[in-house]
Amino acid sequence: MKKLVKGNEAVVIGALVAGCDAYYGYPITPASEIAHAASEYFLPLGKVFVQAECEVGAINMVFGSASSGQRVMTASSGPGISLKMEGISYLAGAQLPCVIVDVQRVGPGLGNIGPEQSDYFQVVKGGGHGDYRAIVLAPASVEETYRMSIEAFDLADKWRSPVFILTDATLGQMMEPIDIREVETHRSEKPWALDTRAESNDNLVTSIYLDFDDMEAHINRLHSKYQQITDEEARAEIYGADVPDIVLTGYGITGRMLRSVADKLNECGIDATLIRPQTLWPFPSKTYQEIVKPGIPVLSVELSRGQFVEDVRLALPGHKVKHYGRVGGNLPELGELVEQAEMLLQEARND
Amino acid sequence: MTKVYQKSPAFFDTFERKPSMQKTTHYCPGCGHGTLNKIIADQIAELGLQDQTIFVGPVGCGVFIYYYFESASVSAAHGRASAVATGVSRANPDSITISYQGDGDLAAIGTSNAIHAANRGENMIVFFVNNNIYGMTGGQLAPTTLIDQTSATSPTGRSIKNDGYPLRMAEMIAGLEAPTLVARVGVNNPRNIRQAVKVIKRGLEIQRDKKGYVFIEVLSQCPTNWRKEPKEACEWIDEVVCKQYPFGVFKDLAEERGAVERPCKRVEFDAIADQLGLTADDEDASQKIEMLQDELRFKFAGFGGQGILSLGMMMAQMSMERNMEVTWLPSYGTEMRGGVANCSVVVGKKAIGSPAVDNPNVLVALNRPSLDKFGPMVPGDGLIIYNSSLIDQVPDDLQGKVYALPATDLASEAGTVKAANVVVLGFVAQKTGMFGLADLEAFLADTFKKPSLLEVNLKAVKAGWDAAEET
Ligand code: SF4
Repeated sequence: MKKLVKGNEAVVIGALVAGCDAYYGYPITPASEIAHAASEYFLPLGKVFVQAECEVGAINMVFGSASSGQRVMTASSGPGISLKMEGISYLAGAQLPCVIVDVQRVGPGLGNIGPEQSDYFQVVKGGGHGDYRAIVLAPASVEETYRMSIEAFDLADKWRSPVFILTDATLGQMMEPIDIREVETHRSEKPWALDTRAESNDNLVTSIYLDFDDMEAHINRLHSKYQQITDEEARAEIYGADVPDIVLTGYGITGRMLRSVADKLNECGIDATLIRPQTLWPFPSKTYQEIVKPGIPVLSVELSRGQFVEDVRLALPGHKVKHYGRVGGNLPELGELVEQAEMLLQEARND
Repeated sequence: MTKVYQKSPAFFDTFERKPSMQKTTHYCPGCGHGTLNKIIADQIAELGLQDQTIFVGPVGCGVFIYYYFESASVSAAHGRASAVATGVSRANPDSITISYQGDGDLAAIGTSNAIHAANRGENMIVFFVNNNIYGMTGGQLAPTTLIDQTSATSPTGRSIKNDGYPLRMAEMIAGLEAPTLVARVGVNNPRNIRQAVKVIKRGLEIQRDKKGYVFIEVLSQCPTNWRKEPKEACEWIDEVVCKQYPFGVFKDLAEERGAVERPCKRVEFDAIADQLGLTADDEDASQKIEMLQDELRFKFAGFGGQGILSLGMMMAQMSMERNMEVTWLPSYGTEMRGGVANCSVVVGKKAIGSPAVDNPNVLVALNRPSLDKFGPMVPGDGLIIYNSSLIDQVPDDLQGKVYALPATDLASEAGTVKAANVVVLGFVAQKTGMFGLADLEAFLADTFKKPSLLEVNLKAVKAGWDAAEET
């Protein structure tokens, strides 16, 4: 059943289809439609919706509901995600499944409400204190936002981990059709959860281990889980030529724009391949290593002055990777990106 | 009277969650926490509520409360126990959710979360342990530290000028409408303990009956950081502390209040589909729009209130129903507050790259600023449709094919100026050849359920269509 919706609404519909029980959030542009849609749909269905007193309150309500075994979510944009970071560290430490949406806007500081992809470090590399990781999904369309929203709840349950959906002001505000159907989801048994049965009396959800050795063992357990996630969950879309003259890469909104750039280049007889990571952590490094042969130039595009590109470079040691970014709320134009690609090809030929 | 000195069945037999010394608590000798824990445990056991009880532990000396109570437990971040307890209580509507917090946790770093949980009247019981000092971190100033009382961070005593006044949380919370029971009790002598037992039992009964929020402030002695012998510390509460923080029940509405039920349901897909207003598709999946190009990029612009965004949405919706790829992107936020609105619509045969439209194939400008701003961006083979009812001067640097459409006048003739966007819809559909007049009419019939409104819009779309045929 097709419905034309904003990316922000698609997140909520995906959550409903995934069986999300509770939404806790605080309004912020450009993520507010998520709270609007959640209040519109959750309450009449008898699900939990609370507009929290602050972002910190919201993420800690998520913590409470998640420790009770619920499928639970929250959403915000950069400044709000900064505030949630403390809670996200606790969620990771206590291994609690939940879904967090970041509709990226412009920063630092108050910035503005236009699109950027400058929360990459904050969301993908940690942001909160301590040695933890969180799965990060990066949709590039409203339909993919919807599908990833469903999947995020399964991943969160499967790995007992917070899962981010990282979008931006454009993806959140734009409308595209989504196809809404019943899907099979995989809600895990949660014998560790807090509830009102006698069997749960001995259950304890915590991130504190006073004994250094106990704590080290806990962190090591987390990291063997992270290794497994890295091995099993990294994903990217590959589009275009098998043997490329140039590789284009970007995630989310820039990833989809690069698809058009690849088409344009291919029309001009240049074989271009797009690598669009769908998971940012784990980063699909292997995909890059398989596709990018020595000497092939790589153009990495993002709406920031160079955060995502660091992971591309880490995946391709010793390789020439050129970064191109627009910031401040501006999206690059198609012609602008084609020109960057052509310039890079020219440079590569001259090298 | 409850036997305070016997181990409660609500406690663990040995404190297995404790890494070492599993027979004794981690509290210092003479600390009020131990007595309070015992009273809570006894009352939980007496009311038979152990299984339903879920503890939310704070950061502070109460952090290890889960060592002792054999109930489901969770440890919250510093100050966040009331927010965590909100999540626990909402997820477990039948629980006795207990948020156990100290004065730094509740009255300083977590005040906002505490006040708002109280104000929502969450089904939870909050124990606020006020010993007017930071215990665990080593005796620093608390919001509750008495005037002139020394602490690790007020070595010469609390100064009103520098630190403000001691905070009376119970009185603050009692000032809110939602809470059901608000009281301050002590655990420093048998008389106070007897009163504490009564109040705590009542609080638990309120929770059992789901009658809302309970706040019990407990004046508790911290011999260690007060640098007093346990006995002396207990006396100091009666002599000094309770002058600043008087004992009493500030509010008790248990008799008047009914149960507060907050649902927490799982639902089937059909219920969700109903809620979303989904109907089974009856569209023909093979139906497509014939377009000469792979992609048509539209920009609709005008004043806020001219129906610009919904015009774009109608184009997108109709294209979607014909199985085209479509994107709709609004201008929003500050951009809209200036009174101009615009949206970009892309209709394509294959996956659309950028949803932003910089060089539109079709521009609709319903006011002068829009035409001035976007007109010059339309390439030579593009269409520019402007609202000649409101725009009398056309910039001379336009390259696209320009059409003057008196949209506002035609809409007004049809019945309301508000239908100017639908006039445009008719015009654009005819000029681009994307939809037939009958398609438009069927779409409007789906959109406008009110007959009078539908009639006006049908007239408007026809007027736009006819105008396009004539030019
Ligand atoms: S420091 Fe004070 S409050 Fe903490 S356990 Fe010791 S006596 Fe009790």
